Amino acid sequence: MRHTITLLVENKFGVLSRISGLFSGRGYNIESLSVGEEIDPKYSQMTIVTTGDDLIIEQITKQLNKLVDVIKVTDVTEFEHVEREMIIIKVTPKPEKKSEVLNLAGIFRGRVVDSSENTYTIEVTGDEKKIEAFIGLMKPMGIKDLVRTGKVAILREGYKK
Amino acid sequence: MKLTGSEILIECLKREGVKHIFGYPGGVVLNIFDMLYEDKDLKLILTRHEQGAVHAADGYARATGKPGVVLVTSGPGATNTVTGIATASMDSVPLVVITGQVPTMLIGNDAFQEADIVGITRPCTKHNYLVKDVKDLAEVIKEAFHIASTGRPGPVLIDLPKDVTVGKTDFIWPEKVGLEGYKPKYEGNKWMINQAAHLIEKARKPVIVAGGGVIISGAYKELKELAEHTQIPVTTTLMGIGCFPETNKLSLGMPGMHGTYYANKAIQESDLLIALGMRFDDRVTSKTDSFAPNASIIHVDIDPTSIRKNVRVDIPIVGDVKRVLTDLNKALKTEIKGQWGAVRKAWLKQIDEWKKERPLTYTKSDTTIKPQYVVEKIYELTKGDAIITTEVGQNQMWAAQFFKYDVPRTFLSSGGLGTMGFGFPAAIGAQLAFPDKLVIDVAGDGSIQMNIQELATAVLNKLPVKVVILNNGFLGMVRQWQELFYGERYSYSHLDIVPDFVKLAESYGAAGLRATKPSEVEDVLKEGLFKIKKTVFMDFKVDWKEKVYPMVPAGAPIDHMLFEEDEAKEEKKKKLKVVK
Ligand SMILES: Cc1ncc(C[n+]2csc(CCOP(=O)(O)OP(=O)(O)O)c2C)c(N)n1
Ligand SMILES: [Mg+2]
Repeated sequence: MRHTITLLVENKFGVLSRISGLFSGRGYNIESLSVGEEIDPKYSQMTIVTTGDDLIIEQITKQLNKLVDVIKVTDVTEFEHVEREMIIIKVTPKPEKKSEVLNLAGIFRGRVVDSSENTYTIEVTGDEKKIEAFIGLMKPMGIKDLVRTGKVAILREGYKK
Repeated sequence: MKLTGSEILIECLKREGVKHIFGYPGGVVLNIFDMLYEDKDLKLILTRHEQGAVHAADGYARATGKPGVVLVTSGPGATNTVTGIATASMDSVPLVVITGQVPTMLIGNDAFQEADIVGITRPCTKHNYLVKDVKDLAEVIKEAFHIASTGRPGPVLIDLPKDVTVGKTDFIWPEKVGLEGYKPKYEGNKWMINQAAHLIEKARKPVIVAGGGVIISGAYKELKELAEHTQIPVTTTLMGIGCFPETNKLSLGMPGMHGTYYANKAIQESDLLIALGMRFDDRVTSKTDSFAPNASIIHVDIDPTSIRKNVRVDIPIVGDVKRVLTDLNKALKTEIKGQWGAVRKAWLKQIDEWKKERPLTYTKSDTTIKPQYVVEKIYELTKGDAIITTEVGQNQMWAAQFFKYDVPRTFLSSGGLGTMGFGFPAAIGAQLAFPDKLVIDVAGDGSIQMNIQELATAVLNKLPVKVVILNNGFLGMVRQWQELFYGERYSYSHLDIVPDFVKLAESYGAAGLRATKPSEVEDVLKEGLFKIKKTVFMDFKVDWKEKVYPMVPAGAPIDHMLFEEDEAKEEKKKKLKVVK
C-alpha cells in the first residue's frame, strides 16, 4: 500500500543522502520526496511517498527514526491529513482546443503562468486525484512538458500524534 | 584559552577516558600525530595496516565494553578502514574512527588523497561527521562517543580536514549532549513485560535464545536468574557466546547453521521463544517460514528495527535487556507462583535425550591432527581461562563448538560480516586491554594471511598473543561447501602455497612452533601458551578433509541437519557399491 510519511529532520549536511541512502540500501521505494526548511532554519520538513506492505512500512518508519538526524517520523496515512502537490504543465493545444484548455484550467483552479503562440504553461495544485485528473484531461491536448513537486502533507489539527 | 583543533581532539579523547589509539599516520593528520609525540597519557599503537587498526580497536572494545579509537589519514588511509568499520557495525561494537581529510577548501576537488569517506561509510556507521569548523569539534567528539557507546552501540566516524586541526578556538567541553533525534529507549514497557511473564507461565516447552545484546547490556546475572528460576534452557548465538555459562546444565550451546542438534531441535519443538538481544540472523533461522513453527515469540531488543524484521513476534519489548530482565524476573517472582521444577521436568528430560542422541563430536585419530582436537586441548589446558578470538571459516566454528565459554567477552568473533583477518588484530587489541590474560587467536591458514603484517605490531608492543593456526591448506569452509554441494569441484579454494608460518613468525621476532602429529599437539600448546612469554604462531597441520558438523544446508529447516555419522554411512555405501 502507498504511504505518505512526514519527517522532521535536523537541517544538517548530508541528511538527505542519509535518508535516500537508507531507501536505496534497503531496497525500499521512493515515489516522491520533497524537502523544505522549517520555520526554524535548524530543521527541515520532508514528505516521502513510499509503497510496501505493513511490515515494510513498519521497517521504513523504524529505520528512519533510527537515524540520528531524524527527530520525528509520522506516517500521516494513518491519520486525518491534508496533502497537496503542485504541477506545472506545458501544453500545446490545437488552435480549436485552446479555449477548452483555459476552461479546464479554470475548473481546476489552475493558473496560466506563461503562454506563447502555441503553448500554455499552467500551474495546478491539489491532492493526488485532482492532479491525476487534470493530467488525464490535458493528455489529449498535447503535453509538452510536466514537472511536479512531489507531495507535501500535514496532519489536520486535533490529530497530532 | 584558545586551542588548536589537534589540541582539542587530544584533550577531548582524554576526557573520554581514552588511553590507547590504534592508528597510522599520513599527510593530513601530521598535526595530530605531532601532538602525540611527547604525550605520556595517550599512546598510539601503530599497526601495519589501517584495517588492522580498526580490528584491533574493535577487539579492544569487545573485550572491555569501552569504545575503541582509531586515527588514520585521508584517502587510502580512510578507505582501508571500511572493512573494519563494517565489521564493527554488523556486530554492534562501539568505535570512534577519526579520519584526516584534505583541507576544507580542497574538498570536492579530487585533491591528493581525497576520498569522500563520510559518503562511503554512511551505510556502515551508526553515524558520521564531517567537521567543517573547529568550533564544532569538541561537541562532535562528545556526541560521537555518546552515540557509539549508548543504545545499540556501533562505529562513529569523524572526518577531520587538515585546516580544522590547526584552526584555533576557545575550548569548551560540553557537559551534556543535546541530540534531539537520538534517544535510545532503555526501559521496557511494563504491560508487555507482564504479558511476557504470563506467557512464560503457560509455556511448556520454552527456550531462551540469547544474543550479543545480553553481553552489551551486561545482563548475565539477570539472564542466569531468569533461566534458573524458571528452568528454561538457554541457547547462545555466535554473538552471545559467553553470556550464559556453557557448563551450566541449562545451556544448549549455539543454535543455527553449525549449532548443536539439541539447540536446533529445542527451538523447532518449542512453544515459546524468549529472544534476548539477538536479531534472528539467517545463520540462526535458516528459512524463516519453517523456524520455530509452533512457538510464540517474546523479543527483547534495544533496537526497534530488529523487532519484526525477520520473524513475526507476539510480545515485542523495546528496551535494554538488563532492565527488561530485571523487571521480568520481578514479575515472575511476585505475580506467578510456578512450580517451575515440576512443570519443566518433561521438557528438560526431552532435551537431555537430544543431547545424548546427538552430542557435538568428531572422529578422533592417532595419525592426523583433527582441528577439533586442537581446540578441545586448548580448553583443557587453559581450563577455559582465556580470551579466544577467531578468524572466519571452519576455524571459527570449531572454536565456537569445542571450547566451553563461561564468561562474557571471552569469545571475540566477526559474526555479522564474517571478516577473514579479524581475529589476529582483534587479539592484539584484547591483549592490550588485558595484558595478563591469555589471548588466543584460533586461525585458519587463509584468514591469518589477511592481516599477518600485524605480527610486527604484536612483537613491537610486547603483546604475547597466541595464534593457533588450524592449517588445512585450504580455504576450508569454501572447500566444505564445494565438497558437499558442488561435486567436490575445488575451484580456487586450495591455497597451493602456504608460507612456513614458523619461519615467518621468527622473521618478525615472534616465536614459531609446529605440530604435524596428534602426539605433538599437547606439547606445542603447553610450550606456546604457557612457557613462551611472547607472540607465538603455532602451526598445526590438520586433516584437510575435516568438515564442520552438524550443518544445516542452506534453506533447510534448522533441525534438518547433516551429521558426520551420516557422511560415514554414505562413504560405506559408496565403498560397498564399488566392491559389488
Ligand atoms: C574477507 C573475506 N573474504 C572471503 C570470505 C569468504 N570465506 C569464508 S570462509 C573462507 C575460507 C577461510 O579459510 P581459512 O582461513 O583457511 O579457514 P578454514 O575454513 O580453512 O578454517 C572464505 C574464503 C570471507 N569470509 N571474508
Ligand atoms: Mg584453512
